[in-house]
Amino acid sequence: MNLMEYQGKELFRRCGIPVPRSQHCKTPDDVAAFIEKNPGKWVVKAQVLMGGRGKAGKIKFATSAEEGRTVAREIMATPMPPNRQNPKGEPVNSLLVEETVEIDKEAYCAITVDRASKKPSVIVTRFGGMDVEEVHEKHPESFTYHFVDTAIGYWPFIGRGLAFGAELSAGYRKQFPAIVAGMYDLFFRYGAKLVEINPLVLTKDGRVIAADAKIELDDDALFRQPELKEWQAVLPLDEDEKLAAEAGLGIRNFRRFGGTVGTLANGAGLAMGTMDAVKNAGGEIANFLDVGGGADAQRVRNCYELVVNHTAAKVFFVNIFGGITRGDEVAKGIVTAMRETTSRKVPLVIRLTGTNEEEGRRILAEAGMTPVQTMDEGAKRAVELAARA
Amino acid sequence: MSIYLDKSSKVFVQGITGTEGSYHTGRMLAYGTNIVGGVTPNKGGQKTTHGLPVFNTVKECVAATGATHQCIFVPPAGAADALFEAYEAGIRFAVCITEGVPVHDMLKVAGATPGMRIIGPNCPGLISPGQSLVGIMPGHVFKEGNVGLISRSGTLTYEVVDGLTRAGLGQSTCVGIGGDPIIGTTFVDCLRAFAKDPKTEALVLCGEIGGSDEEEAAAFIKEHMSDVPIVAFIGGRNAPPGKSLGHAGAIISGSFGTPQSKVAAFQAAGVPIADRPSQIPELLKERMGVKV
Repeated sequence: MNLMEYQGKELFRRCGIPVPRSQHCKTPDDVAAFIEKNPGKWVVKAQVLMGGRGKAGKIKFATSAEEGRTVAREIMATPMPPNRQNPKGEPVNSLLVEETVEIDKEAYCAITVDRASKKPSVIVTRFGGMDVEEVHEKHPESFTYHFVDTAIGYWPFIGRGLAFGAELSAGYRKQFPAIVAGMYDLFFRYGAKLVEINPLVLTKDGRVIAADAKIELDDDALFRQPELKEWQAVLPLDEDEKLAAEAGLGIRNFRRFGGTVGTLANGAGLAMGTMDAVKNAGGEIANFLDVGGGADAQRVRNCYELVVNHTAAKVFFVNIFGGITRGDEVAKGIVTAMRETTSRKVPLVIRLTGTNEEEGRRILAEAGMTPVQTMDEGAKRAVELAARA
Repeated sequence: MSIYLDKSSKVFVQGITGTEGSYHTGRMLAYGTNIVGGVTPNKGGQKTTHGLPVFNTVKECVAATGATHQCIFVPPAGAADALFEAYEAGIRFAVCITEGVPVHDMLKVAGATPGMRIIGPNCPGLISPGQSLVGIMPGHVFKEGNVGLISRSGTLTYEVVDGLTRAGLGQSTCVGIGGDPIIGTTFVDCLRAFAKDPKTEALVLCGEIGGSDEEEAAAFIKEHMSDVPIVAFIGGRNAPPGKSLGHAGAIISGSFGTPQSKVAAFQAAGVPIADRPSQIPELLKERMGVKV
């Protein structure tokens, strides 16, 4: 789960990371009312998950209540323009009104999970305020890393070492170790997979503050933070994620691809393997669908309907290799789902093997369905049927 | 021979009285796994439906049964707790089946359990065919033999093994290492163990998009195992960049983790890559034939 800037900054505040004074506003009137009460120079920022707000004209300045209302209206009038990461764009539903700061220097600091060392990795470069991938291309030598030994935890020497290693200007040095301490605290306290400050600003009056906040939380750790789970309600899901959630699947268990061969498999690995098999057989995939560990009748029916109602599938290829999933249960699920569904009917190709496969095959045979033996055979038949339909 | 697990391994099941724990304990027993008991707090002193003793703590279980291998079926919030409890009780081998363990719990486990071999989490476990099975794999598709297998996926592993077995290629040990960002045992850890196993003559690696485990495995093979017949498969090669498909680990980011970088790494190590699981037995036979 990715957080919006205002949510991220709320966590920064709780962990002692300095942020500019700000107010989260839902309407242009709220913005005007806030500036009316708090005269000064303010920056109004669209609250969206997409990057590139500045270039898209979604960050504007205001020095009066009226100006605040006007720029807020402009920002909220149109959604964020589409990009590669989000081809549909993103509506602007709220704004952050923030104190402007006089920038002297901009740096970059992040903590993330390093798979190879199995440690939290702190990453610093003196080039902040721009796309970090771009910095990585232009100044790869500017990046300094520290892999934190979790048995030791974070201590100020780590922050000092990083500040020297990354050649941050002297103005940063005194405050930097405490900021990284706050980030490390946040990383574990809230179960964050990424805590990123870009830019980490050194102001002309010598303060070091987080001018932006990018946080990705581990969905598997949200059960420890019921409050943050509520924050999720305001976050936009994309169309596929919404459909998956409605069908009772995990939001990452369903993706559409525009082809004609609908697929369902148990386990992400086999679901990806099924897509590969369809491609290899010369077909185009309609979707990725991992049905997960269990597959009862209701779930199979939901999945079938999800695919036939929301993709151009002309055939539905079910590929089950039972481990924790039991073949007889899946077979019962398929038979019941097909009997009960009111959605359009497409031909089924079923491959069912593994735990309790004999019983599963018997149930399918009784319902007049003949499963295929192998994944390749199933993919081939599915592609043929899709071409014929 | 085999790696990590054999007939003598004394296994206990954490969460043995739960639905999944109880069901899979029955299946493991039927396969021949030497399960000596289980742990469920507040149910100590009882017997499971399989007639196994239940203990309140790992310490009691180990003292009474001499158990050496832990198999975990507890909910995500209790997985790290179960691993630390076992570590304190002297256990140095654990298999964590649980899916959805918070990544920060695994960071803490990884940093504070030196010398402990942990398989998973979010994995199907491991099997030394004909000897022992710890986890949720369907035992009947495996056959005793000389091919070692390492896989990041669960169900895809069964697919690959089914093909090997049908082609007459039995297995020494098959390890499902799991698909999470932080896992206890990597491809390279398994390769090191297989390199010392005299029975394992050939290897199959089933990788996946995302992460850099496969690249590191390829580098290790190039350096230390260039004389061993090895075939690799990479799942999800048709996944579009930037999209996460189910596994947290299967996210393509940067140059590492793309199908292309994994294919290139294996090619540089002289390891052929199967386009589909069904090609693996044939490719492996070719490689083994070359060696003979």
